[in-house]
Amino acid sequence: MARIDLVDLAHSYGGNDSPQESFALKPVTMTWRQGGAYALLGPSGCGKTTLLNVISGIITPSRGKILFDGEDITPLSTQKRNIAQVFQFPVIYDTMTVGQNLAFPLKNRGVPKAEIDKRVAEIGRLLDLEPYLNRKATRLTADAKQKISLGRGLVRSDVAAVLFDEPLTVIDPELKWQLRSKLKALHRELDLTMIYVTHDQTEALTFADTVVVMHDGRVVQSGTPAELFDKPAHTFVGYFIGSPGMNIIPAEVRGREARIGGHVIALNRSYDALPAGAKVEIGVRPEFVEVVAPAPGLLTAKIERIDDLGRIRFARARLGDAKLAARAPAGFTSPDGAAGLKFDPSYVHVYADSLLVEGTA
Amino acid sequence: MDKTVNQKAWFLVLPVFLVVAFSAVLPLMTVVNYSMQDTFGNNQFFWNGVGWFKELLDPSTDLGGRFLASLGRNLFFSLVILAIEVPLGIVIALSMPRQGWTVAACLVILALPLLIPWNVVGTIWQIFGRPDIGLMGYVLNHIGLDYNYVSNDIDAWVTVIVMDVWHWTSLVALLCYAGLKSIPEAYYQAAQIDGASRWAVFKAIQLPKMNRVLLIAVLLRFMDSFMIYTEPFVVTGGGPGNSTTFVSIELVKIALGQFDLGKAAALSLVYNLIILIVCWIFYTVMTNAGSERKQQEGAV
Repeated sequence: MARIDLVDLAHSYGGNDSPQESFALKPVTMTWRQGGAYALLGPSGCGKTTLLNVISGIITPSRGKILFDGEDITPLSTQKRNIAQVFQFPVIYDTMTVGQNLAFPLKNRGVPKAEIDKRVAEIGRLLDLEPYLNRKATRLTADAKQKISLGRGLVRSDVAAVLFDEPLTVIDPELKWQLRSKLKALHRELDLTMIYVTHDQTEALTFADTVVVMHDGRVVQSGTPAELFDKPAHTFVGYFIGSPGMNIIPAEVRGREARIGGHVIALNRSYDALPAGAKVEIGVRPEFVEVVAPAPGLLTAKIERIDDLGRIRFARARLGDAKLAARAPAGFTSPDGAAGLKFDPSYVHVYADSLLVEGTA
Repeated sequence: MDKTVNQKAWFLVLPVFLVVAFSAVLPLMTVVNYSMQDTFGNNQFFWNGVGWFKELLDPSTDLGGRFLASLGRNLFFSLVILAIEVPLGIVIALSMPRQGWTVAACLVILALPLLIPWNVVGTIWQIFGRPDIGLMGYVLNHIGLDYNYVSNDIDAWVTVIVMDVWHWTSLVALLCYAGLKSIPEAYYQAAQIDGASRWAVFKAIQLPKMNRVLLIAVLLRFMDSFMIYTEPFVVTGGGPGNSTTFVSIELVKIALGQFDLGKAAALSLVYNLIILIVCWIFYTVMTNAGSERKQQEGAV
């Protein structure tokens, strides 16, 4: 168990000399605290798996250092690092029983037999694999196999962290929920640092207490699910998290006002020092915009359709060239397709060149 | 709607019937016919019933003694070359590069011996091993080894075995290489994470994943070596004495050398039967292994 620090870590599959824009993982400095449950969230190809493989040592980074409890382990091989990793597809040693599979990482490290038996029994119990421990691992279903893979990741008590690389991809949706809550329970029980890679926001938000969002090889925000929702640090986080994603609308911002096509939207904070020449946008989640009957002083949008999600209804509207989603209160109808937009000023954020700008009170 | 009845369709199948009849059924029946008879030439045949078969399986007769001795030699030969070629093939496959231009180079080099006609292989080694003009024979004698495959049983055996290993290990290696290439990278990564040693990786991942191709390799090499004729015949002619006379060589001696068609026919039928049985056993084992795998995947 350890704190993991990444110091100016970067990786390029083309080598260190290639232009930084082509790096699969752009320089990142961050800390993973001991015992945390982290999710690494981002679309395919954003560098999550690269980051994970760099931490576990499968890939040697082009640049930067990894510290476990302050000790530089960058040059160490995977075997010598105290890391467990579970892969996207189940990896099973065909000739072994389930129990032998679970014992394999311990046996390779010369753990005494009594200790191995104890750990295997414990992990078998935690993952509900007890009835299968003496059976050949090849005859099992995909989710049982993936449980074995998870078990091999969790069986070592001394690991600095357990890394999961989209481990539930092959699992049926209903079992996915079960396994995910199992993992969450295991995290509490075993007090291990867990890093969970996924492109599924639900998975990330339910599993982790800290979600690290990656985009285009860069870590764009790291925070609790609530922080990511309420205050996205990057427009990408805004529309990647939440369903529907955040509305990003080009606007002119001066002081406490944002102007969209001549209409003024009040802001809670004052933005006087916006970088010159930057692309300025406002971002607001659909939950905090309401469509109402058109009225003077309100921004008018054209309703395209209303999606009824059961618990809540979202209007899809068009505002000039921009598309926009907004909450439609119960009973709202718009015969002519026109609607006024009411913004909740405390949830309207300002972005310059896609990055969140903190206003002054 | 009425079905169109057109008996002319039989003409489409006819060529196959003819080919199979002339290539397999008629020759086989001829052999069966011969195996029941004795001949003294002049196209005169006498009914002998199962006499040849009885003699064939009785080591005290001349025919039975020769057959069983050559069968024993042949089985020993097959076991020896399997014991060498399979582990060697695995080792070669494991040490081959995984990517880059060297892969192509390795594959070409490995494939070369497989492309050489069998009697050319025999000729190559026949000359290579000659003490007077052959590079290997000359060098061995020059450094003080009394090597002569024409007069020494053991030298003859070593030559024939080394030749077969040279000729056919590539096949095992290529099959194993294909098996190794099909293992997903994640297995190796997981093994690294699990702290597995090189040997543990081989035992837990590579060997189990290769077992199907290995089974095929063993089957092919067993069959081929059990039926071997050309190469040892060209090198040693079955000698010295009878020491490298394998079943097929014995068969040709009886059939063409002595023109004992009845004995030769009986021998070839038994020979054929042995190969069929071994083939069937291998086939059953392999398809069983396959269906087992399918069941597992079905369970997934």
